[in-house]
Amino acid sequence: MVSTQTLKASDLASSGRGERGVKSLVFMTLLWLSLVIAILFLMTLITNILLEGFARLTPALFTEYPASDPDRAGARPAILGSIWVIATTAVLTIPLGVAAAIHLEEFADKKRWHNRFIELNVQNLAAVPSIVYGLLALAFLSAIGVQDKNIVIGGAFALSLLILPVIIIATREAIRSVPEEIRQGSLALGASQWQTVWRNVLPSAVPGIATGSILALSRAIGEAAPLLLLGALVFVSFDPNGLLSGFSTMPIQIFNWTGRPQEGFHELAAATSIVLLVLLVVMNGIAIYIRNHFQTRW
Amino acid sequence: MTTQDLRDDEPEALHELAIELERKARARSIPDVPVGVMSCKDVDVYYGKFRAVTGVNLEFGRNEITALIGPSGCGKSTLLRSLNRMNDLVDGARVDGDVLFMGEDIYRKGVDPIEVRRRIGMVFQKPNPFPKSIYDNIAYGPRVTGMKVDSMDDLVEEALTKAVLWDEVKDKLKQSAFGLSGGQQQRLCIARTIAVKPDVILMDEPCSALDPIATMRIEDLMQELRQDYTIVIVTHNMQQAARVADRTAFFTALADKGTGDRTGVLVEFGRTTQIFEDPRDQRTEDYISGRFG
Ligand SMILES: Nc1ncnc2c1ncn2[C@@H]1O[C@H](COP(=O)(O)OP(=O)(O)OP(=O)(O)O)[C@@H](O)[C@H]1O
Ligand SMILES: [Mg+2]
Repeated sequence: MVSTQTLKASDLASSGRGERGVKSLVFMTLLWLSLVIAILFLMTLITNILLEGFARLTPALFTEYPASDPDRAGARPAILGSIWVIATTAVLTIPLGVAAAIHLEEFADKKRWHNRFIELNVQNLAAVPSIVYGLLALAFLSAIGVQDKNIVIGGAFALSLLILPVIIIATREAIRSVPEEIRQGSLALGASQWQTVWRNVLPSAVPGIATGSILALSRAIGEAAPLLLLGALVFVSFDPNGLLSGFSTMPIQIFNWTGRPQEGFHELAAATSIVLLVLLVVMNGIAIYIRNHFQTRW
Repeated sequence: MTTQDLRDDEPEALHELAIELERKARARSIPDVPVGVMSCKDVDVYYGKFRAVTGVNLEFGRNEITALIGPSGCGKSTLLRSLNRMNDLVDGARVDGDVLFMGEDIYRKGVDPIEVRRRIGMVFQKPNPFPKSIYDNIAYGPRVTGMKVDSMDDLVEEALTKAVLWDEVKDKLKQSAFGLSGGQQQRLCIARTIAVKPDVILMDEPCSALDPIATMRIEDLMQELRQDYTIVIVTHNMQQAARVADRTAFFTALADKGTGDRTGVLVEFGRTTQIFEDPRDQRTEDYISGRFG
């Protein structure tokens, strides 16, 4: 029997009775509270740094070298050092990470045990604490007989180890999001597998790869621990000028200045933190921009 | 009339076109026995241990449209994909018997599957344009296959014209192919296939994702293409097979008594008019008349 029942408006109106309403209310409140606490901490931190360091955010910060007198000290070598190390890290890791990801996604036979083993390990490596990579880099540099380990290429090596798994994972994700039909379409036209990857899959994956790489690099730029292990300098009185040059980076400089008794150094540390924060925000902004404007929507 | 003039609000025109297509199809003369460009000799296709299709003997005639029909799961796509070695991409897929293309077994050792796929193109069920401009979609094939081309612009225009898409896209060649409608995308995919100058075009349910108007346009296009190419089409649409195909092959799946595996077999192959009006096999008749599948 088919009835022509009509729905009364009240049938769908929320009853608002009993447990469900109360429970979800409590839950929502907790969620909001967590969010508020997180934001509150962040705001406090940022305000604190801004208040303390803003006055020191002068051209001198970018032109002066560390000195024993806080009034004459600046973070120039640390800022340049960060740029050198991160650029070198990018050059070392991105090609390697992308190549590894392409191999794992497109060419490796996933039924082979060793490929699955590698996959699993890449996942695990991404979760290893950064200091461990510092140790590894230290051991490796000693093993090949490098005396002075605090050089740009050494630091970049440690940071590369740190973010390589992250870049591999991000790239694989980007490659995997290219639909199988696209590969089939390409192969059906008489393209080789390599051409398919190079001309079709990779270009579509570039925005994802770029986003992932920038986020990974922005993680590396804030790292101090692995570089400290390599014997990072804190009193660099020269501009780093090559891969074998000694260097300091912003996090190391901040770490050092914060440990000093003089108030002036604390202000300098805060000012350098602002520079670092701005750099991170800009990098993340670029990543978000790329993701929103260039990502292929299938 | 051509499909160009059709609009969504013209069902009568659509109907007329269907009748026109059918009339054209009937008027066509084809030899009694197909003059083969491609043929299957005792072809079995396996996925691992599972035999999906067995004992297929077929001849795909030059400049003819051959339709493969049959119930779901009888192995039409499987057979089609083994005609240009696309099935190589599936893990464990294997072909026994000979698939001959211009007299040569495409599974013989030393045959390059890449060259096979260039000569035997494929259009898929779901339109799959590349995330590139319309122009680059067409130019992709000639570029990757290293075709000697005097003018890529001319080649792109020629392919799009053949696919009856040129007039609709000539002013936006540099725009993304994703901006086209589903039907246009499918014609773009056909144009892309034509651009590498294949001999055979395989189509796996090319209209199943399209509305009736777009479907008619593709069918109309197939009639045009038939003059230059050999076409094999898988379709679930009986009317479509009747309208476009010169010959029709009907497949069904037989269950193995021991394992219960369902294996596809060719039941009947002949002129489309014969298959639809005078089927020799009871199963064909049941299927055509909608009593089965
Ligand atoms: N990649 C695969 N791996 C294993 N088995 C497969 C694969 N593709 C298809 N099969 C099996 O092969 C048989 C034939 O499938 P196929 O897709 O060729 O049928 P079809 O006739 O095209 O069906 P449809 O009309 O639904 O498209 C089915 O039993 C299916 O489960
Ligand atoms: Mg199918």
